[in-house]
Amino acid sequence: MAIADIHVAEDTHHEDHLDHEQSFVTKYIFSQDHKTIAKQFLITGIFWALMGGLMSLVFRLQLGFPEATLEWLRPIFGGWITESGKLEPEFYLAMVTMHGTIMVFFVLTAGLSGTFSNFLIPLQIGARDMASGFMNMLSYWFFFVSSVVMFISLFIETGPAMGGWVIYPPLSALPQAISGSGLGMTMWLIAMMFFIVSTMLGGINYITTIINLRTRGMSFTRLPLTIWAFFLTAILGLLSFPVLVAAVLLLIFDRSFGTSFYLSDIYIGGEALPNSGGSPILFQHLFWFLGHPEVYIVILPALGITSEIISTNSRKPIFGYKAMIGSLMAIAILSFVVWAHHMFITGMNPFLGSVFMLLTFIIAVPSAIKVFNYITTLWRGNIIFTPAMLFSIGLVSFFITGGVTGIFLGSAALDIQLHDTYFVVAHFHIVMGSAAFFGMVAGVYHWFPKMFGRMMDARLGYIHFWMSFVGVYSVFFPMHYIGIAGFPRRYYSFTNFDAFNSYADLNALITIAAFITMSAQFIFLFNFFYSIFRGRKTPQNPWNSNTLEWTAPINPEHGNWPGEIPTVYRWPYDYSKPGAKEDFIPQNIPFSETPESNFPNETESIKLQGIDKGDAIIVDETEE
Amino acid sequence: MMNLVLIVGGLLVLTIIIALVRVSSLISVARKERTKIDKSSNKVNGLLMLIFLIVSGVVTIWYSISTFDDYNLPIASEHGLETDRLFWITMVITGFIFVLTNILLFYFSFRYQYNEDRRAYFFPDNNKLEIIWTVVPAIVLTLLVIVGISTWNDITGKAPKDSEVIEIMGFQFAWVTRYPGKDNKLGNYNYRLIDAENLFGLDFSDRNAHDDFMPRELHLPKGKPVLLKIRARDVIHSVFAPHFRLKMDAVPGMPTQFWFVPIKTTEEMRVETGNDEFNYEIACTELCGKGHFTMRLLVIVHELEDYEKWKATQQPWLAKNPDYISKIPEEMRELAMINAGISLDEK
Repeated sequence: MAIADIHVAEDTHHEDHLDHEQSFVTKYIFSQDHKTIAKQFLITGIFWALMGGLMSLVFRLQLGFPEATLEWLRPIFGGWITESGKLEPEFYLAMVTMHGTIMVFFVLTAGLSGTFSNFLIPLQIGARDMASGFMNMLSYWFFFVSSVVMFISLFIETGPAMGGWVIYPPLSALPQAISGSGLGMTMWLIAMMFFIVSTMLGGINYITTIINLRTRGMSFTRLPLTIWAFFLTAILGLLSFPVLVAAVLLLIFDRSFGTSFYLSDIYIGGEALPNSGGSPILFQHLFWFLGHPEVYIVILPALGITSEIISTNSRKPIFGYKAMIGSLMAIAILSFVVWAHHMFITGMNPFLGSVFMLLTFIIAVPSAIKVFNYITTLWRGNIIFTPAMLFSIGLVSFFITGGVTGIFLGSAALDIQLHDTYFVVAHFHIVMGSAAFFGMVAGVYHWFPKMFGRMMDARLGYIHFWMSFVGVYSVFFPMHYIGIAGFPRRYYSFTNFDAFNSYADLNALITIAAFITMSAQFIFLFNFFYSIFRGRKTPQNPWNSNTLEWTAPINPEHGNWPGEIPTVYRWPYDYSKPGAKEDFIPQNIPFSETPESNFPNETESIKLQGIDKGDAIIVDETEE
Repeated sequence: MMNLVLIVGGLLVLTIIIALVRVSSLISVARKERTKIDKSSNKVNGLLMLIFLIVSGVVTIWYSISTFDDYNLPIASEHGLETDRLFWITMVITGFIFVLTNILLFYFSFRYQYNEDRRAYFFPDNNKLEIIWTVVPAIVLTLLVIVGISTWNDITGKAPKDSEVIEIMGFQFAWVTRYPGKDNKLGNYNYRLIDAENLFGLDFSDRNAHDDFMPRELHLPKGKPVLLKIRARDVIHSVFAPHFRLKMDAVPGMPTQFWFVPIKTTEEMRVETGNDEFNYEIACTELCGKGHFTMRLLVIVHELEDYEKWKATQQPWLAKNPDYISKIPEEMRELAMINAGISLDEK
């Protein structure tokens, strides 16, 4: 009841607050409204996705058409195009590195979690706003500063960071080793520090809000799976990102203050460095202790979003709601104990390899459960293919494909051959990159009406989906073959090796597919921005969905619901309930209003709900 | 410039297409009731799901079979046979799951399209099903783990005592190899002694270093265990010999190792592949800088007796670089020259 207490107080407070006229700056720029902050994250995320995507096209050109001249890129890249019209190999690495960094952190962490956790948590749990609107605002602006620093690093003379997104030292620690490890790396590290602060501020807020600000009746077992996913994601971030801080801080010390945490016995650039006793492997352990949970930070919100969309558009309850929560939790916990499967061949003790292999295989079980549950949800459904639904089905397909290849890579003995080849590139681009990206796009299509009060064009959405879906498979599926053939990642060109001097046609095909996939994203961009201003006006509940956000006004003000916050009486997945008039019953409809579709135990609970309500009123009175 | 024009043109065409789609969809909006579900596009999407399943399935099977020999590199080591067996076991099991789940996913999407007159089946949970698809994957994965760990343990177990010990070191941007010479012992090194000639930083105050030799390629005996001592002197590299199914990082400050048994000579492999110019290679698979993609080392596998003959013809590094004798402590010089096979008169 203590929760109800706080809540009532909160309500009145907010209603006072809402009467203030807001200036442009406080409404759109330094806004504390979770919806505006979510849109800020989304737009910034879209900007970065565009940057990251275009970068991938640049290095795909080099890989697919190594003979072609890139002279026409000189106006943009200047000196990074060599005399002979080729991409400078170091710049190729810079593109690869920045593509990875941008996509993993700025697009699929900030852009995905930042957008949808912010937007959906208060709306779906029935809260006026986040627990701390101010911290929420800071979270975005730290991300913004981080983005600015990272963006500027693209234009400095020595180039941005070039050591791969995993920034393994000594390569990332020594400017002598590669030019990007100079100022570019410094800026990368600074940007990442700001980014982590942003993630922390956001995560604390998400967790606090979900625990404390749920509306009356919204118990944890009535939370939509989206909220469960955001909740666990935030916890993962909170526990793992500080470890990256440690790793990065030690790297900064090694780079700037002459310590030897990661450096030992190095002879480079014609001189022996004084550092001794450090271990580059230590960095890898610290990095992957974040890095592995990070891939789940990326994919869990996408899985949550997908669960919601698939259930809504199959007009069926998500199959195994509790099993879905259970497997999310299992994945979240296990994600902390599998990090060293990225390090089977670093010379780590082989016994550790066996242990991490075992743990990695265990995490495959909850992932498999999720897939089976998705498929069962589709079975005998009544499926409406909205663009969001299409992208969600696409996500499930990617999750299967990428999950299956994960079994290969998780097996230490197989990893000997496959590690750091294109097989790995294919695996994580499908299971983490594309799947999470599809989840994000699905979320945009699905909640666009709530964000902007207008609908996106469905037909353009279909074209976007089919081009992207076929495109992504055409880009990444062939990489499995190249990977099995042993082609190493991050190679500027393959012509130096007899073993890798084939597959030129397949590489060209991949590049063409990448261009097609990218061009499909412009259809999305057009649709997105056009619909913000000119899209069809949305009805109150365009997808006939059960969750609370659709009970808020079409264009909710700061505070979300003008009057009282709706009370929740049931779980969010009462779709096509036998006997019900419609094929959906929103969460805020009490069982007493739906006698025709209640199960016996639900009829029982009508009495309890009555008591609940009375109870709350009593609390209300004592407050005054 | 031409390309730029092409791109701008492409974008224009795209814009026009978008505009057309937009107009058509606006017209359809004007005609249609708002909330009604668009049945025709639902049908098209459902059908496309099925078409995607069939077409991609056919293309994948066709491509996998027709190019099988291209992406399956011939195996040249004993443990490679084991890992490849494991690979194909895993492929069959996961392949089955992959095909089954994808078929169900796309078929259900196609089969259960929206129909106003039908209600979806309210099916929120079923413990029996949940238990089945928790336990079955768990059992299958356990089997894979057992086979996988035993293979892994075989590969990473202790190298046999009679192994041929060879050192390989990575630096920006090449590999160099070192053989222990007649005494069969690799000499000590110290990274502070590295210079433009002494790439390994050999420490000649250790007598074992005197007869070490460094050929330009990696020579291996067929049928004899080889223990590679792996290290790096600047950044992390990774030794990757694809035909031997061998990979191990080379880490500065932390020597690593990998042992294996080559089973086919270069000559035999040339016959097998029908390629007279076939050569084994070692590549670098850990990003190490600008020249990462150029770090190639030639590997030559000989019959055992040819290998011994080849070894006998190799001159110790010290003999090739007699200048370094002056850096050896006075009292050891004579010994060093004897070990390196330099005649004492030369000095």
